[in-house]
Amino acid sequence: MIVQRKKLSLLERLYLPALAGGFKVTWRHFANTLFKGHTAGKELSGGYYPEKKWVVGEGYRGAPYLVRDPEGRTKCVSCQLCEFVCPPKAIKITPPGPQGSPEVGNVEKAPQEFEINMLRCIFCGFCQEVCPEEAIFLQNDYSLNAESREELIYNKEKLLSLGGVHQDKIWKWKNK
Amino acid sequence: MISALTGFYDSLGSTGQFALWSFVKIAIVFGVVMTMVAYAVLAERKISAFIQDRQGPNRVSLPLIGSIPVLGPFLTRLGIWQPLADGVKSFLKEDFTPDYVRKAYYWIAPAITFIPALLAIAIIPFGSNLNTQKMVIADLDIGILFTFGVVSLGVYGIVLAGYSANSKYPFLGSIRSSAQMISYEIAMGMSVVPIFLVVGKLNLGEIVSYQAQHGWFIFPPFAQEQTLLSYLVWPFALLSFFIFMVSAFAETNRLPFDLPESETELVAGYNTEYSSMKFALFFMGEYAAIIAGCGLMVTLFLGGWSLPWIADQPATTIGMGIAHILIFLTKTVMLLVLFIWVRWMFPRFRYDQLMNLGWKRFIPMALANVLIVAVILMLVYRPPVVVGP
Repeated sequence: MIVQRKKLSLLERLYLPALAGGFKVTWRHFANTLFKGHTAGKELSGGYYPEKKWVVGEGYRGAPYLVRDPEGRTKCVSCQLCEFVCPPKAIKITPPGPQGSPEVGNVEKAPQEFEINMLRCIFCGFCQEVCPEEAIFLQNDYSLNAESREELIYNKEKLLSLGGVHQDKIWKWKNK
Repeated sequence: MISALTGFYDSLGSTGQFALWSFVKIAIVFGVVMTMVAYAVLAERKISAFIQDRQGPNRVSLPLIGSIPVLGPFLTRLGIWQPLADGVKSFLKEDFTPDYVRKAYYWIAPAITFIPALLAIAIIPFGSNLNTQKMVIADLDIGILFTFGVVSLGVYGIVLAGYSANSKYPFLGSIRSSAQMISYEIAMGMSVVPIFLVVGKLNLGEIVSYQAQHGWFIFPPFAQEQTLLSYLVWPFALLSFFIFMVSAFAETNRLPFDLPESETELVAGYNTEYSSMKFALFFMGEYAAIIAGCGLMVTLFLGGWSLPWIADQPATTIGMGIAHILIFLTKTVMLLVLFIWVRWMFPRFRYDQLMNLGWKRFIPMALANVLIVAVILMLVYRPPVVVGP
């Protein structure tokens, strides 16, 4: 398509109306912000981030945490699919070995240790997608802070406590 | 103690005293310019924020001052400590040199862009007198020629940065920059010729004293000495000022002419591969060049340190000398704000528009300007007609 160019008058070619118009607009915004304190942040969400926390929407994909089932079991079975699919290699799983974990008996291989390095994690959600047991979910946390790199490697205990209980429709071990 | 100092001072002789004072002036001017650079960046961020309905930097607080009841939070909201944080950050950041760059040029390029900007400031008279000292670092008689010579060196830094980076975007940026700076240099140089025709000298100090007497070039009505000449030249001085200012925008790579650095097309232009202090040098060089440009405009067109009626004689007292410096700084800061404001008001010119404007509009206009002012001067100062043998 050929765009029809408007023939500009001499005044317009001197950029003078554009200058006046530009100054009018910029001055209006400048004065409104400086003298009346109207800022986009205040108008739209009532404040700025650290004072006013952002509320995440439904289905937000934040940090991945482990969940328990309604009976309080760790759902993870150390299949290590998430560990292998994880693009930045943030997940590290230590399986229980041949003895199994004492609290679940020899029925499920609940992991001995499950670590996610939140500095590496990119919140892509592959772990949630690949998990056959629905044991890991991307949840609402988006701002993870710590004073050292080690603190941001979350272990199994921390991940489980942050993840909470998944209200599963299938109670896998109830009617066994 | 004091007698020992004065004894030492007397023993220096006139050359030694000149060197000592020059050194002191260089140190003070450098400090002031660097502070102005830091706060120009803050002003840029604040003004841009206000224009775009944001708040700008308002978080940095110092431990003790921040806890003073009303003042502390106010200064924090103003972002007054932000330049400190920025400075510390750029010193501590990792200085990453990519493997594929040409190291020698890569290292030298930031310095080459930074130094000319500072050198240009050396000849700007930032006040009249303080005691017996002239308030200019180098009182050169070739004045403006030196500035143009030195300022055009700045383009080498950008060209070298683009060449040494060995990647396409910096290269494109530097090519654009060299074309742009070279073409606007001509218009800029010719736009000031009328001023020198009128004053008859190239020394910037003399130009300021001329304006103190005969009125500012862009607004003569307040002059002490009203002459027909200053009114005849007025419209052409305004045109000169306009061409000089637009060229200064192009010379310092500011928007609407920031093609070397156009973020939307060229990542970051010539400084894409730079980080840490080297990037900071480019950044400070840009702002120092803007300050130098504003200082030059104030000197050439806005009467330098003079203010009609109140302060239009070279200072005889120290208080008046300081007032002159403050007047100069105020004018410079006002022009700086204009520079910043324009950046957030205008979109970027296209490359061919830029070249059109430079070569087809400004250079002929500047040439005609020179010619007309020369003709006016010839008519005004026409030699007496000798009749008869």
